[in-house]
Amino acid sequence: MHRQTDLTYVYDGSYDGALCCIFQAFLHKERPFAICPETELQPTLCPVRYIETCPQQAERVALALKPKISARAEAAVQHLFWTCQPEKELLMLDFVRLGFRYGGKVTAMLGDQTVAQVAEAIKHLRREAHNYKGFLRFSAYGPVLVGVIEPKNFVLPILAPHFAARYRNEAFLIWDKTHKAACSCIKGESQIGRLEGLILPQPDTAEEQTRRLFRRYFDTIAIEARKNPRCQMTHLPLRYRSQMTEFVKDEQSAALLEEEKPQQNLLTLQEK
Amino acid sequence: MDLMEKLAILTDSAKYDVACTSSGAGNHNPVGMGIGSTVDCGICHTFSADGRCISLLKVLMTNRCVYNCQYCVNRCSNDVPRAAFTPQELAELTMEFYRRNYIEGLFLSSGVERNPDYATEQMLYTLQLLRQTYHFTGYIHAKAIPGADERLVEQLGALANRLSVNIELPSSRSLTLLAPNKTKQAILAPMGQICEKITESKALVRYKHAPKFAPAGQSTQMIVGASPETDFQILNLTQSLYRKFHLKRVFFSAYIPVSESSLLPSPDTKPPLLREHRLYQADWLLRYYQFEAQEILDEANPNFNPFLDPKCNWAVNHLDQFPIEVNRATLEQLLRVPGIGPVSARRIVTARRHGALDEAALKRLGVVMKRAQFFITCKGRMKKGLRLAPQTVVKALMDNHPLAQTEQMSLFDLPAVQAQREAAACIGKQI
Repeated sequence: MHRQTDLTYVYDGSYDGALCCIFQAFLHKERPFAICPETELQPTLCPVRYIETCPQQAERVALALKPKISARAEAAVQHLFWTCQPEKELLMLDFVRLGFRYGGKVTAMLGDQTVAQVAEAIKHLRREAHNYKGFLRFSAYGPVLVGVIEPKNFVLPILAPHFAARYRNEAFLIWDKTHKAACSCIKGESQIGRLEGLILPQPDTAEEQTRRLFRRYFDTIAIEARKNPRCQMTHLPLRYRSQMTEFVKDEQSAALLEEEKPQQNLLTLQEK
Repeated sequence: MDLMEKLAILTDSAKYDVACTSSGAGNHNPVGMGIGSTVDCGICHTFSADGRCISLLKVLMTNRCVYNCQYCVNRCSNDVPRAAFTPQELAELTMEFYRRNYIEGLFLSSGVERNPDYATEQMLYTLQLLRQTYHFTGYIHAKAIPGADERLVEQLGALANRLSVNIELPSSRSLTLLAPNKTKQAILAPMGQICEKITESKALVRYKHAPKFAPAGQSTQMIVGASPETDFQILNLTQSLYRKFHLKRVFFSAYIPVSESSLLPSPDTKPPLLREHRLYQADWLLRYYQFEAQEILDEANPNFNPFLDPKCNWAVNHLDQFPIEVNRATLEQLLRVPGIGPVSARRIVTARRHGALDEAALKRLGVVMKRAQFFITCKGRMKKGLRLAPQTVVKALMDNHPLAQTEQMSLFDLPAVQAQREAAACIGKQI
């Protein structure tokens, strides 16, 4: 059995780091009060334990998930780490603990509070990723396509294979403005890395023309007699619209990215 | 005429076509040259001001038409600007849009320029360009034009993911009246042919490189409110279309007045949006809830209840079959409970294997307890303190959809709340 402590675990924010926290919690037979990445640590009265990221420990947890629980649970833990669920690390720990107790059926125990919370968080992630598969807009800068997104969850690992398969002979870059990360892909080979900022050159005339054509198409396709902004809002919330061609005015599109204070240039991905 | 104008004219003419889905083509990630993939569930790329999804570039090849269908904007007697894309223009436009992730593919339809064969040929050129020159492997939905040669339809199906033939009006009487150039036989003939071809190509599926024919199936659409058919007739027709031609979808389109013909509702009629909404709800019941058209409506009640959705309506009229025990009921029984959908029903079946479910667990599974509570028991017990008077049940089930709300106001010309209370009392008494 494990005991509840008032410890706060602090880790480096990586997936391996989170797995090490799980490892340490099992090792000490305890459930920490909180687990948080070092970037989000706030002054606290409770004792803090810094968990070093150790590849061996992380690997032991990672390798145990599939044989001891199930492949589905393994995917759930990985996906859960990408969500924006508050205290997701603690949830990961609780979920893994349940998994080790009940085995493969844990992912089906949807009536359980922890499992329901995990399922809900993952659903949110998947739904957002699915939305971005449609709502992401690329702009052509010469031979390169560039798209900017502002998701709540870390959706890049789900988007990357989708677009890599779709644009298998193109070079493209997706910049995640919220998480300051980017996914670059050339001829179907994609990689994800950190990217603090991005300056984009002025779109050329062909690009401008295509945007105008699409805006015209978008405005024309709506039927006046059926106008229903409420319904539009439900399906396409405002937060997606700031980067979407059809909702951005011409002048705005130029000003859109100026506010950024970028350090790097286009396509210079700084690997973390 | 420049491309911008053409696009505007031909989009404007195509916008009354409803189907804009990109689903059903399977998760297909081709390799090699070209661009494009399909996703089985379909992807919506944006939503227009009327709240409808834009998934495909929906345009007409041309809006020049020799037919004179009364309900159509493109009828030859209508004075509107006419235009036509060249296959090259349209293919290029599609590729440029697709590359920027604006669209999921192309939805190509056409007015009948000269004759059905000529119009189909033009569409065929475009599709050939896209598939063979640009190696486009994304989604294409093409309209088969009734009256076109069988061989042309066959070629179209070999290139497109989905084919559709519009049935337009729900009875042959209305067709003769409003669309003098179209007959029921002419519409059903290509539908039958496509259905046959799809079945044939599915039988060949074991050969990996066997040519596929419209792998995402076929669909159709009909206009609701332009002709006097009842909901029951429409729903029966829908059901028989699903059974006979194995359609993937039947779409309904609320008639929007586009002409002043004396045969049609007057131009200031509002489109019957609530009726369309109810038809789609019933359509879902047919496809996902194992309902029969005859259960949803019958000769005595040929039209939908404006206050209750079809499933709730069925449930309050069959209270003798409830309550059911969630921990033991079959999937079919669960699907009949208002507040439980296919997803939550399947979840219940999965989750109850690992322990009996109570109300809190059901809520976590996504069941809408506000409605379901009247029809289920958990571990043999109903929710505590529940009042089972018909009025309370009906009131809890009343549709809060904005469409139903507007209908209520116009029907009674009373404040919505009072109207709702009266309707609840009225329906409750009938039970």
